[in-house]
Amino acid sequence: MVKLGLLYDQLRPDERLIIEAAKRDGIDLTLYDTDQLAWDVTSQDDGIELADAFLQRCISYFRSIHVTAALEGRGKTVVNSYRASSTCGNKLIASIALSRENIPTPRTFVAFTQDGSLKALERLGYPAVLKPIVGSWGRLVAQLKDPETATAILEPREYMHPIQQVYYLQEKIKRPERDIRCYVIGDQAVAAIYRNAPPGEWRTNTARGGVAENLAVTPELSEISVRAAEAVGGGAFGVDLMETDSGFVVHEVNHTTEFKNTVRVTGVDIPKLLLQYTIDQVKA
Amino acid sequence: MGGERMSFEKCVDCDAQVTVPDDAVNGEIVNCPDCGLDFEVVVGPQGRSIKPVVIEKEDWGE
Repeated sequence: MVKLGLLYDQLRPDERLIIEAAKRDGIDLTLYDTDQLAWDVTSQDDGIELADAFLQRCISYFRSIHVTAALEGRGKTVVNSYRASSTCGNKLIASIALSRENIPTPRTFVAFTQDGSLKALERLGYPAVLKPIVGSWGRLVAQLKDPETATAILEPREYMHPIQQVYYLQEKIKRPERDIRCYVIGDQAVAAIYRNAPPGEWRTNTARGGVAENLAVTPELSEISVRAAEAVGGGAFGVDLMETDSGFVVHEVNHTTEFKNTVRVTGVDIPKLLLQYTIDQVKA
Repeated sequence: MGGERMSFEKCVDCDAQVTVPDDAVNGEIVNCPDCGLDFEVVVGPQGRSIKPVVIEKEDWGE
């Protein structure tokens, strides 16, 4: 039997669903608390017992990619891979990956100073959206409505961590007050939800109070979502899309996706599918 | 494999029952089913208890 490991920094209800799915299906799943992990990355055998394959569920992006890299160095399978995770976790690198595969994605500029950003915004037009290249749950995402707003929002970033001075500027897509999250596991789009923005909020993240609603996966939605997943390296992802007059636009691919609300509203057993996919990767 | 074993704690906000799995690990997040408040499981010598939690750190989330 394939031995699976679940890597975490803080167990959430999503990981609890994975644990319970493993119990139900008789899957050998060991929890790995990354707070306690320490091993010799220059050795192939330092006595630490490792599973055959791992589900990477750390919330911390930086921790997750480094743990994944260390495990891949040991020849272990990790879902998602270092390549996919490091691509998805950096919005700029993800935009480049999507664009290279001709996947519709919002027009995006990168700049490295306030002046550079204002020049980029002249070309991009207002309103635009400023996002941190690393980060999530909609934090530090700002709408830039005009040059005055842009200056006011950009200025404090000059005093933040250098990563906040990689200015990722994106066109504001005209869309309904909702976006779409489509779950792709391997080459299948297995479930999708609308994420409806809560009153008084333009961000649709369920962590911001966005409300999940079941959405049937159409062939068009499946095709673009699976292509987006492949563009970032393949694996198991939550692909975020917006609806526009000219079709779907992919604005993000998430690599350690929260899914409890999707399981609740769609009835799709994503934890079971994730476990099976990870086992299949070892057998492949 | 047996079914899920669990105990219950009261939500400090709305008094609803919050489910705590018997194998919950220290720091695990559980939700109040009624008001949605997040709690962190604390595993101590007296067993498992819960406390309200803030889980955001610099690069956390999806």
